[in-house]
This record gives sequence, C-alpha cells and structure tokens, in this order.
Amino acid sequence: MNLAQTILGVPFTNPIVLASGIMGITSASWKLMAKHGAGGITTKSLWLKEHKGHKNPTIISTEHWTLNAVGVPDAGPEKAREEVGDFMKSHPVPLIANIIAESVDAYAETAEAILPLKPDFLEVNISCPNVEDEFGKPFACSAPAAAAATKAVKKVSGKTPVFIKLSPNVDSIAAIATACADAGADGFTVINTVGPGMAIDLRSRMPILANKVGGLSGPGIKPIAVKCVADVYAATGGNLPIIGTGGICTGEDALEIMLAGASLVGIGTAIGDRGMDVFNSICEEMQLWCTNEGVDNVSDLVGGMHRELASRIGPKENRKSMII
Amino acid sequence: MFSIPLQSRLPRTYRIKKIKQETEMVRTYTFDGSLGARPGQFLMLWLPGIDEKPFSVAFDNGAETKVTFFAVGPMSEALAACKVGDLVGLRGPFGTSYEWKPGQHIALVAGGYGAAPMYFVAAETVHHGCTLEVFVGAKSKDHLLYLEELESLPHVSLHVSTNDGSMGFKGFNVQQLEKMLEVCEHSGKGKRKGKEDMDAMDQVFACGPEMMLKAVSELTARYKIPSQLSLERYMKCGYGLCGSCVVDPLGIRLCTEGPVVKNDACVKIEEFGKYHRDALGKKHQF
Repeated sequence: MNLAQTILGVPFTNPIVLASGIMGITSASWKLMAKHGAGGITTKSLWLKEHKGHKNPTIISTEHWTLNAVGVPDAGPEKAREEVGDFMKSHPVPLIANIIAESVDAYAETAEAILPLKPDFLEVNISCPNVEDEFGKPFACSAPAAAAATKAVKKVSGKTPVFIKLSPNVDSIAAIATACADAGADGFTVINTVGPGMAIDLRSRMPILANKVGGLSGPGIKPIAVKCVADVYAATGGNLPIIGTGGICTGEDALEIMLAGASLVGIGTAIGDRGMDVFNSICEEMQLWCTNEGVDNVSDLVGGMHRELASRIGPKENRKSMII
Repeated sequence: MFSIPLQSRLPRTYRIKKIKQETEMVRTYTFDGSLGARPGQFLMLWLPGIDEKPFSVAFDNGAETKVTFFAVGPMSEALAACKVGDLVGLRGPFGTSYEWKPGQHIALVAGGYGAAPMYFVAAETVHHGCTLEVFVGAKSKDHLLYLEELESLPHVSLHVSTNDGSMGFKGFNVQQLEKMLEVCEHSGKGKRKGKEDMDAMDQVFACGPEMMLKAVSELTARYKIPSQLSLERYMKCGYGLCGSCVVDPLGIRLCTEGPVVKNDACVKIEEFGKYHRDALGKKHQF
C-alpha cells in the first residue's frame, strides 16, 4: 500500500503535513515533526517585518474545540532565513513556506523575500481571522481581493507553486477559489479556522482570549473542512491540488477529506490531543484501512466522492449540486 | 485512542483565599481549588483583561493551590496588586513533574523563588521516605524563601547560602552542592559508594535561574549523578501546540516534554545557558 505521491513535481512520502501555525516557529521543531512522520512541513506565517501577536491567553481549548488568537507573531525575514535555511540544509521532507501580509504589494514583497530560501511550495495566508482589528476583513473574504493577492504573488513566484489558503467564513468559497484559480493559483489550502468564536468566563464575566475572539479549530470543524474542500475541488474541476485541513485527527478523517478532494492533509490541533506522533499514527491508520479495503495507492482516493457521485447521477448535475 | 492528560486547557477562575507576603517582592497566593498538580508542574495563570503567564505550582494538596511569585513585570505587578477574594484564572496542570523512588537520598537545589516548587517536591518526597539535602540560595538573607516550611519537614537537612554572606554560606548553593558530592559519590553504574558518613546521593533536583541550572547540569554530569532540572521558556498554549517553548536543536517542547527535564536530555540542549526566544521567536542571549 502506497502513501507516496508527487504533487506539482514535489515528492511526498505520505500526505500528512504539519499545518501552519502549529509547532512552526523553528527549524528544530520542523525537523522533530518530520521525525515523527510528517510528510511535509508548513511554517508559521512569515511577515516582511517583525509583527507582534496578541497578548495571552491566545490558545484555549476543551475536548470539543480549540480557540486561538495568537495574532500571527513573527520576528521577520532574518529569522526566516536562519530557520528555513537550517531546515533546507537537511531538507528531510518538503517545506511549505506560509506567508502573510497586510496589502497586495506587501504579499509580493514577502514572497520575494522568502523565495530565495527555495521552499517547495509557497502558501499564501489570506484568511487569518485574528488580525481583523489591525488590517480589516481578510483578503479571502472577497473574490477581487483574493484574486489580487494571488496575482501579485504569482507575478514574482517563478516556478515555485503557490497555494492560496482560504477561509471557510464566506458566502461561497467556490467563488473565491475560482477567482484565485483564474488569477493563477497553483493550489489551495482549505480551510483556515472557523468563526471567529468567543469564550466567556462565568465568574469574571470576561472574554477569555485577550483578543476577545479567535479562530475555531479541532475535531468539530471537520465537516466544514470536508464540505469546503469538496466545494473548491468541484469549482476547480479537480485540476488544482488541495491541502485539506481542519479537524483532522485520525487516518479515517484524513481519507475522508481526501475523498472530498484533498491531495495533502494538514494536521494542527490534533497534536495537542494525540501528541507529536500523530503523524505516524494517522499514516498507520490510513495504511491499515487502505490495505483492508484493497486500495493500492492513496492517491486513487483523491476526489473519490466526486467520481462516485458522478457515476451515479451524471457529471453535469454533480457539478451543479456541489457548487452552492 | 486519544491520550489527553488530565488537565484543563480552559481557564477557570478561582478566588484568592489567602495572601502571604514572603519577602518585599515575593508573595504566595492560595486559591480555593485544586488542579491536581504534581511537584514540578506549572499552570497558566490568567488575570482577566491583563495577561496570562506560566507559573510553577508552589503547592497543591488536592484542595488548594498555591503560587509563589516575584513581582517583576507588568503581569506579576498586577497580580501583586490583587486582594483576598479577587478572581484569578487557572488552567493546567501542564508539563512533566519530578520523579523519584521511595527511600531515595536526593539533593534539592533551589535558587531564588525556585524554593517554592522545591518545597512542594520536598513535602511529597519525605512522605515517600526520602531523605533530602536542600540547598537554598538567594542574593541575600532578605530574599531567602520557604526556610521555615522546609525546616518543619522531617528528614530534611537544610543548607543555606547567600551571595553576600548575610546568612549561611557566602557564595552559591551549587558550590555547597559540589562540596557534598565530593564526599558522597555515585559510580553512575548502579553501584554506589558513600564516603565518610554521607549516604550515597541518588539524584539531584534543581529549580532556579538558568545559569544555576547550567552549573548543576555540568556538575551532576561530571559526578555521573542523575539530575532533573526545571527549565523555563516563553509559553503560550501550555500544552504543546504553539511551539513557542521548543528548544534547539532537539525541538522538544518545554511545556510538554518539560519543564522538568532529565539531565541526559538537558546536556543535548545547545541553547541551554546560552539563549532563549521571545514571543516572536527571536533569540535573546542570557
């Protein structure tokens, strides 16, 4: 049973990658995740200049959900050069450099600052729900803004594939994805956190997060992630690779989001519940399921739901039914 | 399938039940609840509307939790301004704790307000029949903490040091520890030999400033005595997600694989005693 795939020319030994924002600050951390079986690594969002995050509490959770408003802190490109540079020396697994910016021009400049470090993919975070007070609505909430950011990065990205990280908190993620695809996006990461949400302490009557609101993640958001991946896959005709992320905890979760259309699967919050070995565990669970079900290549499952639906109700109606 | 440790990852507010002014700058708060913390573990303490930071647990008896803190920055100064009855959020307990076997002879090395969690360790270990050599060090007499509490425990020999000599030995507690290890060897291969009247030392626990910990690390490695050190780094989530507290080059998280780290691992942490990272991930030299 084979978990390996080549995505846009980049070989992945397995589809389970570290999602952005989790354990993503240092090269040592990325290498340790690779040692624990991560098939790829996504950095925490990189800024062109030093960017302060929010005060604590920034991350809180229960067994049902995690809320975070870390506020995308980063020390800037000098640190990125040091950490990404160190990782690329041994390059144990593909590196996806996640970038963020406050304007269309700054997205291009940030990409230009990071591209010389030769990441395997660029992932453009246009969907962080935690910096609205600072920068307004995320780019991912408007098709023209999302397309403009995509276009600006694509103009400077050369041969490095550009993945756009989309928000589930929109009327139509399919419309946003289509606009980005038309602007040249090579792939998508679906989804960023949901909400934002809020948690209040009863006795003090205060919101717990310092930012008051934060993005929702954890097992409960998986159905939303699966739906969004399915929408983006259908909207782009299954032609662009998708990194499916959101609430994935088990091998079966990973296979489910692959059936919706994901080629790679991002893991974040699950590290808090299953430990760093979650990557190896999920791969073993996928292997077991695929072996039992007679699936030889995990890549055969990507978008499988769409093919199944098409075989039952005809491809035209299927497309229509998937795009809301 | 999941292995979520018994910990709360959502703060719950507790009332301050008792305040003890330990020294001019150090206070101990007793909260009206327990998180079930073990000695060496930490909790995230939230002051609604102000900030949240990690604090060592100074005591947890299953009914009450104590935290001893030094008013040193905006958060701990705001905490110091609290009164009995005020609400403080706690979540945890997080991280590793000190590990021992019943009846062991253990040296505890406490620097500054590291004396608080060390008292928690002492209280638990003597309950398991351990005998303790406790090395409490501080800048001066006025900064020494938990001496009375430590003295009140059975099977505890207290060794006090101050940098200025205002009480006990003049110098560092690690110097006193070394003097004792010289007469109290450990072969490192399971066979122990004691010299003079001193029983062989089974292990060393330390909590305090990083340079003190580094000295304990080097000393215990040289004497081949197992040691467990409580390391500290900037933290956000407290349970292994955010990656703020990972150390180079191992990548381990001090909130989950620490804060109490066995010296076998400490000696592999290249940044130990050299630098630490801030909230942005930027390095700062010690």
